[in-house]
Amino acid sequence: MGNSTTKFQPFSKEAALNLIAPFARVEGPVLLALQATQKEFGYVDRDAVEVIAEVCNVSIAEVHGVLTYYSDFRTIPAAKIEVKVCVAEACQSVGSRKLVADASAALNTKMHSQSMDESVQLNQVFCLGNCALGPAAMVDEKLVGRATGEKIAEIVSQIKKEYA
Amino acid sequence: MAIKIFVPIDDAACSVGANEVALEIKTEAEKNNIDIELVRNGSRGMLWLEPMVEIEIENIRYAFGPVSKNDVKDLFAQEFYKNNTHPLALGETEKLPWMKNQQRITFQRVGVIDPLSISDYESHGGLTGLRNALKLTGEQIVSEVTESGLRGRGGAGFPAGIKWRTVLKTENSQKYVCCNADEGDSGTFADRMLMEGDPFTLIEGMTIAGIAVGANKGFIYIRSEYPAAIKTMTNAIKIAKEFGLLGASVLGSDKSFDLEIRAGAGSYVCGEETAMLESLEGKRGVVRAKPPLPAIEGLFNKPTIINNVLTLASVPMILSEGAQMYKNLGTEKSKGTQVFQIAGNIKQGGIFETPFGVTLNELVNNYGAGTLSGKKIKAVQVGGPLGSYIPVNKFDTAMDYESLASIGGMLGHGGVVVFDETVDMAQQAKFAMEFCVEESCGKCTPCRIGSTRGVEVIEKIINGQNKAENVHLLLDLLDVMTDGSLCAMGGLTPLPVRSALENFPEDFALVSSPNGAQ
Repeated sequence: MGNSTTKFQPFSKEAALNLIAPFARVEGPVLLALQATQKEFGYVDRDAVEVIAEVCNVSIAEVHGVLTYYSDFRTIPAAKIEVKVCVAEACQSVGSRKLVADASAALNTKMHSQSMDESVQLNQVFCLGNCALGPAAMVDEKLVGRATGEKIAEIVSQIKKEYA
Repeated sequence: MAIKIFVPIDDAACSVGANEVALEIKTEAEKNNIDIELVRNGSRGMLWLEPMVEIEIENIRYAFGPVSKNDVKDLFAQEFYKNNTHPLALGETEKLPWMKNQQRITFQRVGVIDPLSISDYESHGGLTGLRNALKLTGEQIVSEVTESGLRGRGGAGFPAGIKWRTVLKTENSQKYVCCNADEGDSGTFADRMLMEGDPFTLIEGMTIAGIAVGANKGFIYIRSEYPAAIKTMTNAIKIAKEFGLLGASVLGSDKSFDLEIRAGAGSYVCGEETAMLESLEGKRGVVRAKPPLPAIEGLFNKPTIINNVLTLASVPMILSEGAQMYKNLGTEKSKGTQVFQIAGNIKQGGIFETPFGVTLNELVNNYGAGTLSGKKIKAVQVGGPLGSYIPVNKFDTAMDYESLASIGGMLGHGGVVVFDETVDMAQQAKFAMEFCVEESCGKCTPCRIGSTRGVEVIEKIINGQNKAENVHLLLDLLDVMTDGSLCAMGGLTPLPVRSALENFPEDFALVSSPNGAQ
């Protein structure tokens, strides 16, 4: 993984090949290879799909199929910070619909899109397993209980400082 | 002697500031020159009290909570580690009503021990079950599990012993044990808390399963929304290998067993066992048709045990205390305990483990203390997004597989989500369909297309378009989805929709429940 200022490595086909080559020996490697790719580069580049297909000895179509099936994957370069707001039932019962609006306003970002400066990506998620302390959100891997737009924005700005 | 202070490391506790409290306690202790031993335990499951700090005096634990980092200075000023008089003091942990009225079997060590200390684990009864199992034949272990009456805790409630026996009887040089930790149901978090709070129990349970059926490799499939659980389980597996619990010679025996973690990638349907197998194989998480049963042709087409976290975590106890002890708990057909998760709009939410048969009213009103908002309860959804909305007049229903089925509901993974009177049940019905649109794997038509049509027709009912006709159409669609879907995703999505319609016709602006409205 990258250092604190970059988090993700710049994508190159060569770097992808180095990263993915070991997966040739793993049983059922495609999903693992895609996860490793996204973790390293922040997204799955079109060229990475080709590399994975080659290394794992499957067709490009198969890799593409797996890539597009799972909602975790991104195919465009990622914002540095990802904010997920839970919109499942338990959080709905304590105001997640309002939290979505508040978080959007506090981060100046629409749902499923990035902020103007491309630093924050806002997504919805179905359940973070914090259902007795909802509404819940997650900023990168930091779980937030009894979340408010303000609380989320504060954690985002803390993380931004760490990257600066 | 150092004073033992416990601050949970469970992610729910951390989500409301447990890490900051732990840090502050360290700082204050140093400042005041007090010798402490800080233990980061799992959560006791009283989530409304998190971060809940405990101290140990003469082997008795006392609780304080909810503690914010700003309270820590004052806690030390009032020497909270000596007496029980601080305003945040709750008293002896085990004697709190919430704890006292539970019967913790699966969760017996969660919140008690340091999750990653294998010596702590052993001194609290860990590894006894596995040691016993190593003296038995596979047949004997399977018989013990069958005899206990243990049923799958993932949702379907299938007897674990029968599944295991099929795998045992199926000849193959390679078999697998897969743990389904894709706990996607809203309102459930017991798998997560167990993995974060007592990971060795799951490892021990899976190892016993492997030894029982002759499988030497296991996978734990954990959803990606649980980064903390993935981290804890990964560390626990590493420690278990170093200890010799896992590896070529399990606890020095001639049996070998190894474990690997694979993470999900944001797909709810991967909690369905065959979709999970596809995902474990690195493919799209599309549901498989059954037969063949996974017990015969499962992961990589090999005989495979698939059980939920709580099912496998119950196994060590059955092998250490015996099937009879487990069997004596619960109702006639639902043996043992169930880990209920009380969630949503609730004042006191958390983990409540008790023998089957407790009523919804006891869980929600007695232990849960009503809604967080202070408003009246309108409905409770039991069993996750595919479970029924149960109205208050059915709150005396016993919480077991059979009783819930008799009122058109299901227990699922034991999630109980409370809604107050402000909820619009027509919107909840529509959401159930929307969720199915998002999460359907797309393999079968009733689920893939039916869900989209469902959203549309519910919208029309809400908007008052050809009401009687559209209600009729919706009921017909629900029948098709129920009968024609391959798995529970499409097959059970009708449950929340139908229950909303039947129990709350007024929210659809219907004068009476659907049969009358037609």
